[in-house]
Amino acid sequence: MSLMDIFRKEQKSSASVAKERLRVLVAHDRLRHNGPDYLPQLERDILEVIRKYVEIGEDDVSVQLDNQGQTSILELNVTLPDRKD
Amino acid sequence: MAKIIVVTSGKGGVGKTTTSAAFASALALKGHKTVVIDFDVGLRNLDLVMGCERRVVYDFVNLIQGESTLGQTLIKDKKLDNLYVLPASQTRDKDALSHEGVEKVLNELSESFDYIVCDSPAGIEHGAQMALYFAEEAIIVTNPEVSSVRDSDRIIGILQSKSRLAEQGKAVKEHLLLTRYNPERVERGEMLSVQDVEEILAIPLLGVIPESEAVLKASNQGVPVVHDSESDAGQAYDDAVSRYLGEDRPHRFLEKQKKSFLKRVFGG
Ligand SMILES: Nc1ncnc2c1ncn2[C@@H]1O[C@H](COP(=O)(O)OP(=O)(O)O)[C@@H](O)[C@H]1O
Ligand SMILES: [Mg+2]
Repeated sequence: MSLMDIFRKEQKSSASVAKERLRVLVAHDRLRHNGPDYLPQLERDILEVIRKYVEIGEDDVSVQLDNQGQTSILELNVTLPDRKD
Repeated sequence: MAKIIVVTSGKGGVGKTTTSAAFASALALKGHKTVVIDFDVGLRNLDLVMGCERRVVYDFVNLIQGESTLGQTLIKDKKLDNLYVLPASQTRDKDALSHEGVEKVLNELSESFDYIVCDSPAGIEHGAQMALYFAEEAIIVTNPEVSSVRDSDRIIGILQSKSRLAEQGKAVKEHLLLTRYNPERVERGEMLSVQDVEEILAIPLLGVIPESEAVLKASNQGVPVVHDSESDAGQAYDDAVSRYLGEDRPHRFLEKQKKSFLKRVFGG
């Protein structure tokens, strides 16, 4: 880790960390409590598949279902680990 | 017909009781006949914030069980003629409130009041669900902090699925009230901002109540903070209630207070 990295880390305020965590948490909660029954299992399966290729955490996959008229849209968000470049 | 408003949050200690007392008092101050009900069975404290604890004789559960009449149970506010308090029971039976019982009391109150404000207990279980079930509108009290925002989102989900209106395919009108807000800390990046919380919860903002010494002072004295019309929190609650009633009021107390010259010289 370079000196620049330490500097950059400090730039990220605790409030923005809180906001990011909340985004993930709230999406998970909504899915678990309001979504169709199969969604949590679907989310776990997707997590497993991605983990075959990249090391990601439990919270790095989020699945959301949006209803628009007659169609439902499955939105999948995967956060990959920080690039080390 | 009264309008039924629930003050709810999921998380405890965020300012529901403070808000219920301030909201009900402000509605009454503006001429609306109002009753505020403490749904926190076993942990009665609305009466303390309203300053009527020594006049409690009967409570909500007595009323439901027919052990007292409405006239015997309601406590008239010490300052306002058109404001009444219905205290919670101190019984240890958390399930003492039933749908039928609560409905009967609300129907009776509906005949003579304009507004019924329901102060919800913390949590998302029986007590909290009972407080929100009959509501037409909800004030979601939230602090700018991760667990509070998360719990607010959970309670919004419950309002949208388990309230009476939801069961009838209708919607409870939701209002976000952000309390204990500290603009200095938001500016320093140490606290979620109003915009952050609005974005996550995605419900309309009714008001922002600053973190204020006036709130503790008010609860020490048993006088709801809206009566302290000089205070920031008192004014912020007054704004919120005016907005609730349809007035257009700009949001205040969102920015860091600039210290006056005298304060800078003499401290404070
Ligand atoms: N805006 C505020 N500024 C400072 N203290 C507050 C504010 N709102 C609430 N409090 C304090 O927070 C504590 C919890 O408030 P309360 O209204 O009892 O919360 P709840 O009913 O949600 O448990 C009390 O000590 C109260 O005085
Ligand atoms: Mg309370």
